[in-house]
Amino acid sequence: MTERTLRAAAAIVGVADSASPTGVLDLHGRVLEAAIVREALADAGLSIDDVDGICYGGMAPGIAEYLGIRPRFVDGTMTGGSSYELHVEHAAAAIAAGLCDVVVGVYAATPRGDRARKGGRGRPGPFPGPNPMLEWEMPYGLRMPMGAYALAASRHMAVYGTTSAQLAQIAVDTRRWAALNPHARYRQPISVVDVLASPMQASPLHLLDCCLVTDGAGAFVMTSSARAADLAKAPVYVLGAASCTDHSMISAMPDLTVTAGAVSGPAAFKHAGITPDDVDLLMGYDSFTITALLHLEDLGFCGKGEGGAFVEDGKLGPGGSLPTNTNGGGLSYTHPGQYGMFLLVEAVRQLRGECGPRQVPDPQIAVAHGSGGVLSTMGTVVLGTEATR
Amino acid sequence: MSALIEPPASDDAAPFWEATRRGELVLPWCRACERPFWYPRAICPRCLGDTVEWRSASGNGVVYAVSVQHLPGPGRDAADGPYVVVLVDLAEGVRVMGNVLECAPDDVHVGVRVRVTWHPLADGRQLPQFAIQQ
Repeated sequence: MTERTLRAAAAIVGVADSASPTGVLDLHGRVLEAAIVREALADAGLSIDDVDGICYGGMAPGIAEYLGIRPRFVDGTMTGGSSYELHVEHAAAAIAAGLCDVVVGVYAATPRGDRARKGGRGRPGPFPGPNPMLEWEMPYGLRMPMGAYALAASRHMAVYGTTSAQLAQIAVDTRRWAALNPHARYRQPISVVDVLASPMQASPLHLLDCCLVTDGAGAFVMTSSARAADLAKAPVYVLGAASCTDHSMISAMPDLTVTAGAVSGPAAFKHAGITPDDVDLLMGYDSFTITALLHLEDLGFCGKGEGGAFVEDGKLGPGGSLPTNTNGGGLSYTHPGQYGMFLLVEAVRQLRGECGPRQVPDPQIAVAHGSGGVLSTMGTVVLGTEATR
Repeated sequence: MSALIEPPASDDAAPFWEATRRGELVLPWCRACERPFWYPRAICPRCLGDTVEWRSASGNGVVYAVSVQHLPGPGRDAADGPYVVVLVDLAEGVRVMGNVLECAPDDVHVGVRVRVTWHPLADGRQLPQFAIQQ
């Protein structure tokens, strides 16, 4: 096997996302997808005619036809919330290999707005069709997806002594970031006591341990690093990317305290030639507080089992030593169902220095780490600036 | 318990569901690598061996993970109150999901020993459930 050559071969050159403090967007469906693509292309200084690659978390030909493009590269990878990290990984490889020149990836979902629309949900959920889950899990009434994460949290607590207060600290620090983001759904401060006093959903997870349900949309544009130099914004280079999936349903997860991120994280860091100490910003998918905690351990920011003690001092929040989920995360900013796209958008904006009050001082390396399914598929993307190219 | 969502019976699991009719817990074993696996498949998920043998299981296990559902999940009714969902490591070495019945939800912890019990389904099959070992 030859050495991978992803490092700085491709760059993200345009991004856009859309979310509202009301939790509801005016547009939906293909129209919303097209609008956000248009915005991302404008951000890049490119037009739809430049696009010859598409990434979509599902049947990609439909969106390509709607956009009027005939892409040479089509990636319909659907791994739940981490799909968009996998898309970046695949697009970077495709661009490096010369399969295509400009790839657009897009995601939109409007679960909140759909409630008021005739016809209800327009799109299948993450677990379509008959499957083993229906035979071996569904009869037991586990609330999905939060019940699966609750089982993981219970195991982590039993094995490592992790406490609900430690998990709550993650929600508290994420909310502190959200307070600095005018587009965030929730901005008022919360305390550990607030989290612990919020209604228990699936023990040991409380309401404030759980992500939001909001509308949202995002898009990115990628091209070669050579072409990136001549475009509208400073390029954000893909220094490394890797993914791993190790189960589909929670009862088939090999070890509920170790995710596939323990594979994808180190692999992506190796491609990029970095260690956790080099990371200035972590965008780690926070579907639940336990999700974010597992990322910290599996990516090597602390040892296995040490996540609870690691987060206790508030280091994930504003002014902390490991700024994490600076847009306010899935816990407080937005979570339309597959949140991975927003990890990438925020990481790019932070590396460009565009984040205003929540800007991390002079970040050079950011990690977007997506989690899809029920801790099933992890996608890690290491992003860097010109200085770390 | 309120009406739960009754599981379909897949072809691969037909011997499992037949055994439940007589209150017997059986597991699929791979003849090639001589290990049990879960969930039932036509091939072994470790070695891809395609000779599956069904063997009786002890019905004993240990709680691996636990979550009390404070609001009703799929098929459940709020009137029934909180209930316990567990992953159980069976003595044979496979992990299955279940509910722990006949106890207060808060009595179920990781490491608690449980044994299989049966919940009758509409078509005569029985759904494996668990109770704390006395």
